Parts: sequence; C-alpha cells; structure tokens
Amino acid sequence: MANKDELGRAGEERAARHLEESGYRVLHRNWRCREGEIDLVVCTDTDLVVVEVKTRRGEGFGHPFEAIDSRKRARLWRLAMAWSAAHRDELQGRRIRIDAIGLTGPDPATARLEHLVDVEVP
Amino acid sequence: MTVARTWAVALVGMVGELVEVEADLSNQTPEFKIIGLPDKALAESVRRVHNACANSALELPRRRITVNLSPASLPKQGSGFDVAIAVASLATEVPMDAASIAATVHLGELGLDGRLRPVPGILPSVVAAARAGHRRIVVPFANREEAELVDGIEVLGAVNLAQVAAAHGARVEIPADQPVSAGDVEQPAADDLDLADIIGQREAVDALVTAAAGGHHLFMCGPPGAGKTMLARRLPGILPDLDDAAALTAASIRSLSGLPVTTLSRTPPFVAPHHTASVAALVGGGTRVVRPGAIARASEGILFLDEAGEFPANALDALRQPLESGTITIHRAAAVAEFPARFQLIMATNPCPCGDYAVRGGSCQCVPAAIRRYLGRLSGPLLDRMDIELRLARVSVAQGVARRDGLTTAVARARVAAARERAARRLSGTPWRLNAQLPGTWLRDGPAAPPTLVRRPLDAALHRGALTLRGYDRVLRVAWSLADLDGSSQLGAEHIGRALYLKKGIAL
Repeated sequence: MANKDELGRAGEERAARHLEESGYRVLHRNWRCREGEIDLVVCTDTDLVVVEVKTRRGEGFGHPFEAIDSRKRARLWRLAMAWSAAHRDELQGRRIRIDAIGLTGPDPATARLEHLVDVEVP
Repeated sequence: MTVARTWAVALVGMVGELVEVEADLSNQTPEFKIIGLPDKALAESVRRVHNACANSALELPRRRITVNLSPASLPKQGSGFDVAIAVASLATEVPMDAASIAATVHLGELGLDGRLRPVPGILPSVVAAARAGHRRIVVPFANREEAELVDGIEVLGAVNLAQVAAAHGARVEIPADQPVSAGDVEQPAADDLDLADIIGQREAVDALVTAAAGGHHLFMCGPPGAGKTMLARRLPGILPDLDDAAALTAASIRSLSGLPVTTLSRTPPFVAPHHTASVAALVGGGTRVVRPGAIARASEGILFLDEAGEFPANALDALRQPLESGTITIHRAAAVAEFPARFQLIMATNPCPCGDYAVRGGSCQCVPAAIRRYLGRLSGPLLDRMDIELRLARVSVAQGVARRDGLTTAVARARVAAARERAARRLSGTPWRLNAQLPGTWLRDGPAAPPTLVRRPLDAALHRGALTLRGYDRVLRVAWSLADLDGSSQLGAEHIGRALYLKKGIAL
C-alpha cells in the first residue's frame, strides 16, 4: 500500500476515534458507490453526519481544509444523498449534515485535529 | 472575536466617503470573499492580502472570511482598501486591540511582500476622514507627508503590514524593510520667467496685470512671434499666493491625478493642455473611475489654451458651462462626480492658419474659407465669456531695440496684490473676493453700481447690439479691476472706457 494511503487510513482511524469519544456512533467507513467514497458516516440521535477526513504531514502544500473546495463540497453532498437513498431505514428522520476533519502532523495519532461542523453547500 | 471592523475611504470625484470594512470569520472551509461592489483591482485584493499576510508572518485564519465594504451599494475602486481589509481580516483571529482598529482609518495598497505601496488621492481621503471625526490614520510611508498636510490628524506612515499590526497591539516581529518610494518626486523648476523679459507690448502687459488683478479670462489673438505664449507663461508669477483652502483644493486634485504631493504648494497651478486634447481630457471622465480633467487640475489657477483655434470646437464649447458655474459635474453610470473648476482661462490664437492675416507687412496665403473655419472654432458664446480680448501686433524694430525698462514681475505682483486687497476690502461682507466672481445684479444695481452718466458708453454699446448683457457685466468687472489698480474707490468713465476697449477693441 502506498505511503499516502496508509497516512489517510491512519487519519481516518484517528478521526473515527475522536468522533466516538465525542458521542457519535460510526455507521460506515469508506462507503463506496458510483459517485465515489465517503470516509465516515456517523450519527447521533438527531443528526446524520457525512465526514470527510483530510490528513497532511505538514502545511507545506496548504492547510487540509484548503483541499475541500466548492467542487469537493458539492460532491460530498451528492454522496450524502446517494448514501441516504441507499439507507432509508437508517436515516429515521435525522438531519443530514457534512463535517470535515483536518489532521496536520507527521504522525496521525498525535497530529493536530480540527473539526469543522456543518460545512455549507457551495 | 469573529467580526472585526475598521475604516477606509472611497473617493467619488474629489469627495471622500468613509467606508466601514468589516470582516467576519465563519466556521467553514477556507475561503476569502469581498462583497460590497468592488471593482477588478479591489477584488484582486484577496490575493494581495493573502500573500502579504503570509509574508509578514501574520497568519490569516484558515476558515471562511467574508469582508463587507459598507455602504455596500456605493461602487468602490482601486487598491487603496488592501490595508483595511488585511487588518480587519487578521483581527478576526490574531489578538489585537479591537477599539484601536475600529477607531483608525487605513489607506494603502499591499505588495505581495507585505510592504505598503502608495496610492493616489491620499489628501482628499484624509480630509474626508478628518471631517468624519477620525483622528488616527494609517497611510503608506511614501504618502505620509501628504497625509500630514491635514491638521489635527495623527498619521502613521507604515512601511509594512507587520508594523500596522504591531501598532494595534499584535505580537509580531517587524522586518526591517526598505520603504516603497513614491517614485521620482519632480522638483518644480525655479520660476525665473520675468515679466521684464517682454519687450514692447506695454498694452498687453497692462491687460495681463488687469486680468491677474481681477481673475479675468483673457483672449489673445496675434501673429506668431508676438509673444502670446511668453505673456501667458508669466501670469502665474504675478498672481498672489493661494490661501489655505485654495491650496488644499489644488493639492487634492494633484493627488487625485496621481501626482506626488509632499507640500502644500502656494503657487497657482498652470495647466497648458495640447491642442489635440479631447473633451474628456479637458473636462474629466472615465467609465468607472472618474478622473479630473485639465480644467479641474487648473482649478484655483490658470488654464492656458495655446493655439486655441486648433482645438476641436466641441472641446472648447465644453468649457462654457464650467466657466459660468465654477464647477464641473461628470455623470457616469457608476457615479456622479463633481470637481472644482474655478480657473482663469487664457486663450491664445493666430489670426489665421498661416498667422499673417491682417498683419502689417505680412502676406496671408490662406483662402477666406480657411480663415473663417479657423476662427469659427472659437464660438460666439465662448468668446462672449472672455473678459479681455487682446489683439497683439508684432514688436516693431524701434520697440525691439529699446532698453529693457518694462514692468518687472516683482512690481506687477505688488500691484496685483494691492488691487486684490482693495477689492477684498470693498467686498467685505459679501461672499465674493474677486471682481471676476461678482454677479451681474450686484454690479448693475448693488451698492457700488456706477451712476448712469458713467455707464452711458456701456449702455450705448448694449443698445447698438455690440455687447450682450453678459458682456456688459464682464466689462463692469474688468472696469472694477482697472479702478482697483488705479487705487480708485469708485468706477470712473475712464475705467469703463478702457474696459470696453479691452473687451471689444472698441475705441470711444
């Protein structure tokens, strides 16, 4: 496995742990469909959250959130819709939203974690 | 703090409008947006601010920053908002003194390296800020002398963005940058033109002194080599210094034109546009940014149109309205701008394209139609607005070899100053200072109106149709200047006679 994929995988691991500690329940990891892949799908009693995780070793190529541009946000919403179409039973009237988690640091386990709640539609 | 505020100035013509720059930080993916009708240069501010902050070791928040320029409906142009945008954006996250930022006006463009670059229009902007009650202003280092011309304002001439942030209490290291200079400041050449250089032409020199004393418009017609341009160039030297308000207006216009302003020059401006000038070049214009034209730059001074007969007729006629009103209003889709246009118009022309028409000893080659077309560019309504119409002849041999015993600039200047002081004393209690500003009703029916007997030749000219009523008033104005030069407190028949001669070349 390529080095960068390993880094991403470790980052997602760390993000999932962080979300669980914050009281979220993880429903899916790396859910795939024709549109692409969702890193994490988590939920609380009221909200269903599609999470995009970005991991960077440093800020040499910009902050992780800078990679989430309007095209990416639009794609995340399409994926969220695709996921909810495929899992109507799990939705149960929950409000859908998109979150982003950015990890900056050489080791994802100790990297700086930033959690953006409710990323808006472009 | 997620919302930070500071101030900048938008210029509409010469009037500065205070613009509140507010930056809001919202918890969204990084984005930097400016709203509030920015033009292209202002919209590009995003990149300049971004890189300037990065290169000043000041980090912009990695979230969505929305900068609003309020009033949002006022169109804004130019790069002068960069510093205000950068400071407001930084203040949303970097710990800084919010009260200090909100009380300060920031002007200036940012370079990518974080240094402040000079912008045009600093002086009118600072004046607007002072009028709005602001006491502290940050300007680029190269503009600080210009900003300091306004009284009662604390000016910080900043070299780079880090210095501005530090002034508001941010903990940042200030790099020792070389300040961006305003470009080469032209040193005004020492004015060594003396009226005594003019040989002969006593009549013309007297007319010039009269024009200077009352601020009258002067029209000169004569063959090439008669000294028309020489005369006009010597007019600024005999005019008195500008007062505070006039000097500030002249400097503001200079600043708006992008010329460097370091001191409040007391010398009246002298603007001599080339005869290929278009209407827009003369009156001012532009599609989005309305720039002052030659007549605005000549405000409080002299507009000299050499070879007036070569100017396009429509350009000349565009001068008629500002000549009457003293202001020029330019209407564009984006804005309506008003500039001052209180200038003294000096026009010089040849009698015909070859210049020899009606000259003793000259043989004119022009066909009559060419002569008509040439002088036809000077429309009747425009000539009616000239106070003094002077016909110059070539200097004869006898005059040419004469000793230089003419009027010197120093003497003429003293005479003009004395005449202006006399006029100001007579006009104390009225809003006018110069004879050229007097309204017709005051001249004809005011407290100092001449008795019927004295103005009889003038009435006769009006009855004959040789004068319009506007021309009638203009003759009275020039007559007052002649009386002021003579030290007389009343208009006499000789003053009116000479004024009538200067206006129409009509001997009594």
